Amino acid sequence: MTTTGLLFTIVGLALIGWLSARMRAAAFRRPAIQRFGSLPVHHAWVVALWVLGPPLTFLVIWSLTSPALVTDRVLASPLAAALPASAFERASILSDARALAQGSGGVFHPAAVRLAPAYAAAQRHYDWLASAAALILALAGGVFAFVRVSPAFSARWRLENGVVLLLLAAALVAILTTAGIVGSLLYEAARFFAMVPAIDFLTGTRWSPQVIDPADPGASLGALPLFWGTFFIGAIIAMAVALPLGLMSAIYLGQYARPRTRAWAKPALEVLAGIPTVVYGYFAALSVAPRVRDLGLFLGIADASSESALAAGLVMGIMIVPFVSSTADDALRAVPAEMRDGSLALGATPSETIRHVLIPAALPGIAGGVLLAISRAIGETMIVVMAASGVATLTLDPFASTTTVTKQIVDLLTGEAEFDSAKTLAAFALGLVLFAATLLLNVVALVIVKRYREAYE
Amino acid sequence: MTDAKLSARNVSVFYGATRAIDDVSMDITRDEVVAFIGPSGCGKSTFLRTLNRMNDTVANARVEGTILLDGEDVYAPAMDVVELRARVGMVFQKPNPFAKSIYANVAYGPSIHGLARHRDDMDRIVEDALRRAGLWDEVKDRLDASGTTLSGGQQQRLCIARAIAVDPEVILMDEPCSALDPIATARIEELIHELRGRYAIVIVTHNMQQAARVSQRTAFFNLGRLVEFGATSDIFTNPVEERTKDYITGRYG
Repeated sequence: MTTTGLLFTIVGLALIGWLSARMRAAAFRRPAIQRFGSLPVHHAWVVALWVLGPPLTFLVIWSLTSPALVTDRVLASPLAAALPASAFERASILSDARALAQGSGGVFHPAAVRLAPAYAAAQRHYDWLASAAALILALAGGVFAFVRVSPAFSARWRLENGVVLLLLAAALVAILTTAGIVGSLLYEAARFFAMVPAIDFLTGTRWSPQVIDPADPGASLGALPLFWGTFFIGAIIAMAVALPLGLMSAIYLGQYARPRTRAWAKPALEVLAGIPTVVYGYFAALSVAPRVRDLGLFLGIADASSESALAAGLVMGIMIVPFVSSTADDALRAVPAEMRDGSLALGATPSETIRHVLIPAALPGIAGGVLLAISRAIGETMIVVMAASGVATLTLDPFASTTTVTKQIVDLLTGEAEFDSAKTLAAFALGLVLFAATLLLNVVALVIVKRYREAYE
Repeated sequence: MTDAKLSARNVSVFYGATRAIDDVSMDITRDEVVAFIGPSGCGKSTFLRTLNRMNDTVANARVEGTILLDGEDVYAPAMDVVELRARVGMVFQKPNPFAKSIYANVAYGPSIHGLARHRDDMDRIVEDALRRAGLWDEVKDRLDASGTTLSGGQQQRLCIARAIAVDPEVILMDEPCSALDPIATARIEELIHELRGRYAIVIVTHNMQQAARVSQRTAFFNLGRLVEFGATSDIFTNPVEERTKDYITGRYG
């Protein structure tokens, strides 16, 4: 039975359970019984959930474990005795065989072609088992619940529990997915660090992943220029643009603008946040970068690059203006009005009040927002992919070409890549560092913002 | 009246189309404490806030009539609201120290108005203001601590010190004790006694005993109108108006 067919069958069973439980429960509703805790529809849903829940849970778990079971069965067959001993080669043949058994085309290892029928057979065997088990679970759950339909059974509360379980499951999906991503990142990064010493990777200054010396991969995988480039573009140049623009626009819109001006100006500013980053990317690459290079040449900087850190950083700064502006606006508005009045009543002008009273009071909130904006900027990919250079240089010159972590991850993973070379795995190590940095920034920012909120509420 | 510090003539205040104050006239002299009493929403706070133009910060507020400070029209185009507020200080209902040190809270007004040339001058101004607000002995060893770490009563005295530091001529107090406990309230009332004569003080209060204790003259507001204004002893023992009597005795409001 196909997966789709199986799912339809289970849903069909649930529907049958729903209808029959409703009918059965409706029969209890005689006028004699006045108090009736659960309505027929509650009974119906409890039965439907009992039909759906167990087989679907089983199928989810099964889909995670069955590939390993199938592979074990194939390996146990006599055909597998001929497989090479190298674990890696064996895994590649097996994955080819699986692709072949599932009907995909392509060029395959000859051993895989021989193994494919066995693979398909094993797959069929387990699919059949799983379908049968799922249907049995559905029926068993349905019968179990149906038998319990009675006036005394508090289906209403059981349903409530079922809803809670459902919500919990939804939350778990998100949490487990995150955990899975982090886990795979850690796993691949650990493989990388088994090949390249962490100290070389984190502190080395030469980054040329195209040419890696197998004897000493660490020598050409020093990621320090990337970290610096990321920090330079995302945290220094972009912030030099976003902080003043964001803060000043927040002050104008939040403190000076009349409600009517604010009503259109604030959404207009927030449109900046809605522009796809790829659009910012070609704006940076096509419009800003050439002008920045010309400016550099005009200023007498001979090596001004058309893929300069300045171009990418400027555009990235514009991109995050709305983030800085809206968090700053919120922070300024969270300052109690009495504090503002207190300053005005002493004869301070509005701008003196903002400078001396509102901004100091809102500073933690503003700082938290800026940290969040930085974490967004250093994780930003599309602008730097299009506008930054691929060449890693450790430089303070904003007109020189610079690259970033995200840009390098894209470069490492596009094109022909083998998933066991230091070059490819370096992408995961870079990803891990980036993840750790943004996580740290976010945590610090949230702690600051939270403390600050508590101080005024 | 020539000795009037503040003089209101036919003042009406509107919020949009709503009339919050209706044709109020009164004089306040330089060495007295005047209490404003009346039921909630009667306009006494609104009237107080027109005296130093704090209603300017409310978008749709409009003031008619004249208010004179030493004979100068407060609402005249030539009047600089910054200077006005330096001369007419204000203390609010809720203690509102800035998120700064105790020292910086008091130094804020003098520094924006350029009252101190040197750090020494400023130290003197801050100490003087804190002493007059009766807070110096409690905070002299922790002037760098944040103003928000003080207790509610201390915070309110800090706000009074902050207002005193710019050397105003009038101090407006908008229910300054309503957020404080009885002991802190007694301390503020004591302070008002000490400040009397040096500044004209106008205090809005819901607490009639407080009005009787601290003021020389009391104004009773109701529904945006000034019902009665006279010596505090008369208002509380022998009011002219029936409505005042009803309010004082608790039958009304």
